[in-house]
Amino acid sequence: MAWFSNDDVAEQRRYLLRFAQLHLRDNARAEDVVQETLAAALEQGERYSGGASVRTWLTGILKHKIIDVFRAGRREKTMSELGGDEDDGHDPDALFDAAGAWQTAPSSWGDPSKTLEQKRFMETLEKCNGGLPDRLAQVFSLREVMGLTTEEICEQLGITPNNCNVMLYRARMGLRDCLGKNWFDGGGRT
Amino acid sequence: MISCKEVSRLVSASLDRPLTLRERFWLKLHLWRCGPCGNFAGQMRLMRAAMRRLVGGASDPPGR
Repeated sequence: MAWFSNDDVAEQRRYLLRFAQLHLRDNARAEDVVQETLAAALEQGERYSGGASVRTWLTGILKHKIIDVFRAGRREKTMSELGGDEDDGHDPDALFDAAGAWQTAPSSWGDPSKTLEQKRFMETLEKCNGGLPDRLAQVFSLREVMGLTTEEICEQLGITPNNCNVMLYRARMGLRDCLGKNWFDGGGRT
Repeated sequence: MISCKEVSRLVSASLDRPLTLRERFWLKLHLWRCGPCGNFAGQMRLMRAAMRRLVGGASDPPGR
């Protein structure tokens, strides 16, 4: 039986769109890759063995398409553009004094399970993620949303492991800064 | 002793790869004495859990 006959395609599409939006941060592009994914899935329909869930299978196709978009984007840009692209004006080193101590000591963010239950916190997180510079956001979402290892990210995007680690660190520090300002210290928290 | 700055990098690295014995030792020693860095580590854990949740119950935990 074909995959689309016993599953709610609209439901799968919603999930794929969400997944693509988190990576691409652009609704039109996300719609495009999801459309391509569903088209490819229709064509390969007979190859779906029923082993993995339909969602896992579709997401697998989508992952390749998202990485293709990232790679194409990187090829289009000159090296100088890429350099500037990574710089969000937040140098993590500025968070520390000359001896490497915190300029402002990190505070406790409270009970994680309570925080995660709050819809508005998740919206703030998505907004903050959307505000990261493109290159940082790509590496970060490949790691944290897609779950690729750093080795896989390096291989897919053609970057060095060191560069990858630095970008993940900068992305985390940037996201932390944004969440601190807009949620934990900024009065978003209820 | 390692600095808070180095600790922040190690905590980030620990989310992507297993730390070496030496790294784990210095990290633990520092976290034992430094409350702010403990808070920082908690913030990083929360961010990871939250990112996974964004996509709507992501099933596979990201590998190391």
